[in-house]
Amino acid sequence: MTPTKPRVATVWLGGCSGCHMSFLDMDERLIELTDKMELVYSPIVDTKEFPRDVDVALVEGAVSNVEQDELAHTIRRNSRIVVSFGDCAVSGNVTALRNRVTNEELLHRSYVELADVTPQIPREYETIAEMMKEARPLHEVIKVDAFVHGCPPTADTIWFAVSELLQGRMPAFSPVYLRYG
Amino acid sequence: MSRTITVSPVTRIEGHAKITIRLDDQGNVGEARFHVNEFRGFEKFCEGRMLWEMAGITSRICGICPTSHLITSAKAGDDILAIDIPETAEKLRRLITLAQWLQSHALSFFHLSSPDFLLGFDADPAKRNIFGLIALDKEFTRRGIRLRKFGQEIIEVLGTRKIHTPWAVAGGVREPFEASKKDYLLNWIPEAKETALLALDTLKEIHVKFEHDIPNFGNFRSLFLGMVADDGALEYYDGKLRLMDGAGNIIEDKVDPKKYHDYFGEAVEPWSYLKFPYYRPLGYPKGMYRVGPLARVNICDYIDTPMAEAERRVFKALAGDAGVVNNSFYYHYARLIEILFSVEKIEMLLNDPAILGSNIRARAMINREQGIGASEAPRGTLFHEYWVNQDGVLQKLNLIIATAQNNLAMNRTVHQLAMQYIDGNKVTEGILNRVEAGIRCFDPCLSCSTHAVGRMPIHLQLLDAEDHLLSEIRR
Repeated sequence: MTPTKPRVATVWLGGCSGCHMSFLDMDERLIELTDKMELVYSPIVDTKEFPRDVDVALVEGAVSNVEQDELAHTIRRNSRIVVSFGDCAVSGNVTALRNRVTNEELLHRSYVELADVTPQIPREYETIAEMMKEARPLHEVIKVDAFVHGCPPTADTIWFAVSELLQGRMPAFSPVYLRYG
Repeated sequence: MSRTITVSPVTRIEGHAKITIRLDDQGNVGEARFHVNEFRGFEKFCEGRMLWEMAGITSRICGICPTSHLITSAKAGDDILAIDIPETAEKLRRLITLAQWLQSHALSFFHLSSPDFLLGFDADPAKRNIFGLIALDKEFTRRGIRLRKFGQEIIEVLGTRKIHTPWAVAGGVREPFEASKKDYLLNWIPEAKETALLALDTLKEIHVKFEHDIPNFGNFRSLFLGMVADDGALEYYDGKLRLMDGAGNIIEDKVDPKKYHDYFGEAVEPWSYLKFPYYRPLGYPKGMYRVGPLARVNICDYIDTPMAEAERRVFKALAGDAGVVNNSFYYHYARLIEILFSVEKIEMLLNDPAILGSNIRARAMINREQGIGASEAPRGTLFHEYWVNQDGVLQKLNLIIATAQNNLAMNRTVHQLAMQYIDGNKVTEGILNRVEAGIRCFDPCLSCSTHAVGRMPIHLQLLDAEDHLLSEIRR
């Protein structure tokens, strides 16, 4: 019987998926990872709900709508270590550029002014998620244990962070890994 | 008794697209909808930013195709400066556009779609992903990973980073091509060609394996839109628009992309944040059209690289009497042909001495207060339109995203799959896979509007008219 591998989740909240693409930029190192961890939840795997007993959750994106807010709390409840993964989670970044404008103005521009027929603001909230008043960084919504910077973090940064976390250490970033943008 | 089937992510989990299917009193499928669940507001919050920043900001719309937004934004900037960019800059922009196609198409086929095809639609969902694929066939997966890597390496060589490079700018590009990197990139070509051909062979086996399912995967006539070069060749950076109908007739041709708004409008529905572009003369929603690989390979007269052109002819034979290939499953096939084209064309560009030039950027002040950029993103034609003041401060902008232009067709595909597989109360797990796979033929880059990069987590409920739960399947 092989020992249980650490259970890792990656989550995509309000962002562009660039951090996840940078995760995939680990390229052949992904093959090594299959021996070292189990990816139990991620946009790139089939999973139904955020599972229990997650060892490490990498969370990309700001918290921008009500479903993401709910999910963030589930992640916290079910995960031992929560990592703010990339600048949108760390600071709000590009996702939070909308905060200086009201939601009504944002929605009105796209769905009323820039519509040629049937102008209306989508509000069927049984099927789509209502925006929160502002997009907020993850640590303002839940407690976060570690922060990985970058828009996106480079594959080398992610490899370092994941390798440390899988060995039970908090990643202590040398200055070479610390950059915004 | 009428019922609603909701195929949706469980609320608390990730996944920002949902599907609902309504059944009428007789249990027949009524409406079926594909909902996009996320809105980020770029069309408003970019107001007040400088034109020069727009390429860097709009590339953050999407981490999968940032380079497509970068290039399209830079082209809108060229239009506002009212200048022609230097030849070297254009060729380098072409090179990075092809690199973007290559990495994005490789992601779609190897990382995201192959698990369905090779492990099977009905395989254990816990293993039906790239890691399951590694366990099944490490060498095949490694090749796919490396093909995507090649695209990303080109982007990094040109733009110093793989994701969100700010390298292109109104008037050209910021940095020249570093000549010492040319051989490094050329050394990738043989392996990349081999992998592209391996993928095509694999897909042809898949076509046989799923021959009974394929006819239901979004198989209908629609308009097709994309760019073609002046001589009708497949184009990716700077062609004119061609619109073809589902019988192969050219409806519009040689349309300047800057006139897109005369031909295409956008509609809104209350149940999706993804708008619904349509062809104006047919109105909404009749003016449904498809963009992306299937459209491009259908509408072009030929492909100007030999291996891809040979494959295009085989592809065209699938059309039969219709003249065009209308089945959305063959998006995968067209995508692999475009991978082959990208590799061949990248080789040609790398061997072109013009890419080594040092004149890479034309400079000008703001000469127009409005400008439009268009290019072929991996998933279809992408338009950025900006209005600026005399100082280059953004006053207003409109973005027409490739995936949005497939919105009507994706909804139609969901409807077709529902019609085919759903029969009254009988809802099987297999339906989930197939409905999902139908959407994923389009490789929707929902990042541009939402999030579902890979698989949508699905929660299917069968409700009666009073919303009582009759049965439930989760995955």
